[in-house]
Amino acid sequence: MRRLLALLLLVGGPLFFLSRRRAERRDRVHLYYDDGSMVTLERGAHEAEQLLAAARSAL
Amino acid sequence: MDAAAALADLTEISSQVEAAVILDDAGALVASTLADAERSARLAQAALDLLGSADKRFESGGRALTQLEAALREGSVFVARAEGKTIVATTSPEPTSGLVFYDLKTCLRSLAESKPKAKPGRSKRRSPKAETSDKGAAGA
Repeated sequence: MRRLLALLLLVGGPLFFLSRRRAERRDRVHLYYDDGSMVTLERGAHEAEQLLAAARSAL
Repeated sequence: MDAAAALADLTEISSQVEAAVILDDAGALVASTLADAERSARLAQAALDLLGSADKRFESGGRALTQLEAALREGSVFVARAEGKTIVATTSPEPTSGLVFYDLKTCLRSLAESKPKAKPGRSKRRSPKAETSDKGAAGA
């Protein structure tokens, strides 16, 4: 039983950590301009937080 | 095609779009897929906030912001503007961005194409009267 629990922790722990990290990375803003250029703002950037907060209010 | 019909087409074509609203160039709500007026207003306000913040912070070199995608764990918000109209849509998480933008632009294009048809007809009908009255005025 202990071995099974340890195995679950060994496998499940990193999977949980990776899935959370992936989900956090998902938060971003893409800005597209008329000249064809694009700007991507990742979560954590000061400018992105304001835009993400506005987007969150829409969902 | 009016705005409500364009939105109906959009939701029929795009399975990824959950809700959408169209705003005019003044930022007023034109049409919405949502029955709840409060939610429509909130979505419209969010679009205006997104565009306002993005325009203010990233305006440079005379280029204009045409599209915006905000991706969150809960879902994504898409904003596109063209021909004086703005469309904002919400989707489920991890949508196919290119397809959503294509559908939004098609929706705006269908609105823009339906507009000019009425105008040339009116001006053509009026012009002969104007000509005759001008001729009459010139002859007198």
